[in-house]
Amino acid sequence: MHSTIREFTIEDRFAKIYALWLREFKVFLREKSRLVASTFTPILWLFVIGNGIGSANPSTIGGVNYQQFIFPGIVSMSIIFTSVFFGSYIIWDRKFDFLKSVMVAPVSRGEVFVGKALGGMTNSVIQAAILLAIGAGIGIGFTPLSILQTIAVVLLLSFGLTSLGLALGSYMYSLEGFQMIVSFVVFPLFFLSGALFPLSHLPSWLGALTAADPATYGVSVMRSAILGIGSEAIGVNAAILVAYTAGLGAFGIYSFGRMKAV
Amino acid sequence: MIRIRDLVKRYGTITAVDGLNLDIEENEVFGLLGSNGAGKTTTIHMLATLLKPTSGTATVNGYDIIKEPSKVRSSIGIVFQAPSSDDMLTGYENLKLHSMLYSVPRHARENRITEVLELVGLLDRKDDQVKTYSGGMRRRLEIARGLLHKPKVMFLDEPTLGLDPGSRETMWKYIQTLVDEQKVTVILTTHYMEEADMLCDRIGIIDKGKIIALDTPAGLKAGLGGDVVKLRTKDRDVDRIVGQFDFVQKVEHSDGLVVLSVKNAKRALPVLLQHIEAESAEFSSPTLNDVFIQLTGRNIKEAAEGGFMERIAQYD
Repeated sequence: MHSTIREFTIEDRFAKIYALWLREFKVFLREKSRLVASTFTPILWLFVIGNGIGSANPSTIGGVNYQQFIFPGIVSMSIIFTSVFFGSYIIWDRKFDFLKSVMVAPVSRGEVFVGKALGGMTNSVIQAAILLAIGAGIGIGFTPLSILQTIAVVLLLSFGLTSLGLALGSYMYSLEGFQMIVSFVVFPLFFLSGALFPLSHLPSWLGALTAADPATYGVSVMRSAILGIGSEAIGVNAAILVAYTAGLGAFGIYSFGRMKAV
Repeated sequence: MIRIRDLVKRYGTITAVDGLNLDIEENEVFGLLGSNGAGKTTTIHMLATLLKPTSGTATVNGYDIIKEPSKVRSSIGIVFQAPSSDDMLTGYENLKLHSMLYSVPRHARENRITEVLELVGLLDRKDDQVKTYSGGMRRRLEIARGLLHKPKVMFLDEPTLGLDPGSRETMWKYIQTLVDEQKVTVILTTHYMEEADMLCDRIGIIDKGKIIALDTPAGLKAGLGGDVVKLRTKDRDVDRIVGQFDFVQKVEHSDGLVVLSVKNAKRALPVLLQHIEAESAEFSSPTLNDVFIQLTGRNIKEAAEGGFMERIAQYD
């Protein structure tokens, strides 16, 4: 008796993900203050901390000055902050019932997750691109290979960490609650990643913690690619980064699957 | 179009929906009338597959809400209590987004978006960000969005809640247009009596998760026993005089008034006034509010207000 609803094609599914991504991208373009604020902080670190610590300690690390040494770390920092913070937007979506309007549409939770994660990833990638351009201005020499490697790291790290942020956001119902994520997730991810110091001579407890931080592998691979430091382990670090990204993506899809619609 | 069978939703010890059974026919405008917390929204959320029932089930457009949620979603459009469009996007962009989420065929998208915008009178504002819209315009955009994919069933959950009287009337006009022009079954929840009375073919009064009355608005009111005529008179013979008319169903005296239940007050009153020397006379027809009071012992407006404040508190 009922009219038959057709099955969705692959093209339909891509259109849904594209539509969700496009919404994030448009909002991002319209909220310029977001971009300005979150790009300014890493620039401050790069120039103030980079020059400040660098001038107090004029020796070089692996043949580069301190500012150059932390450059891959600061790019990663920008990705860590923007990506994980993006998780708070799922709480906003819920607060304004936008999420409900998406959940009541014939869209799978996996599609909702991927669209949203790609949106967050785009924000992080744009910021990273701005910082990479600034890098050229402080004497970072890029080669075609190092640019490709860096882009790969930026994509992987931002997708993985956006997934983490969204997964955590999906369990939370208040923005105040999300503030905890900043203290307990964002700052540890940043400080433990080796963004600001070499990991080679750390006490063993600290070394173990840095090894557990997914961002560590992003920083390491980018540092190898851009500065040639630690290049002997670049393959292993890259493999671990890929594995972390896949794991965090799976965690995100799982978390969205069990998220309550109302 | 909708078959609800023994539908139950419990939250801990609270039973929000208590063994609901209900059939809603194709192209019907059905009103779920009840105070806040009566179970209206919970019922809608279950039918829209946003909430899993504790037990029981329902079919919408022939699809089971538990086994075939995706097909149910494709079959329905919904307007939530609070507008849910992204206010950073324009009206057009919101509709474009949803036309893709609902897999409206690519070649049909633009036409369909224009059609629904026209239907709700927002075509000239389509390129403005939703944050510049008034409350009434936002609601209308939600209706447009719900209609994009030509759903078989449209749910309107308190479509005029929080609107000023002017916007409410505009909204009624658009809902009426929707009913007249789109071949769609409408389920509307409301605690506004006049809204239900004006728009609905049939009304289910829901209280504490159960349907306690189900009929057309006229049928519900007729169940109360017709119209009421109140006369003020010094005529001592009044009881005998009114006793001779068949259309008088009941006579009561209160506060010096003679209160008569009659079938049709407009016809009865002139006849009565010919035979009785009255100082004053008035008549009234029962409203759905009278029906609600008789069934639940509460006034729906009072019953509603508590819930409304709770909802404000919840949003804070």
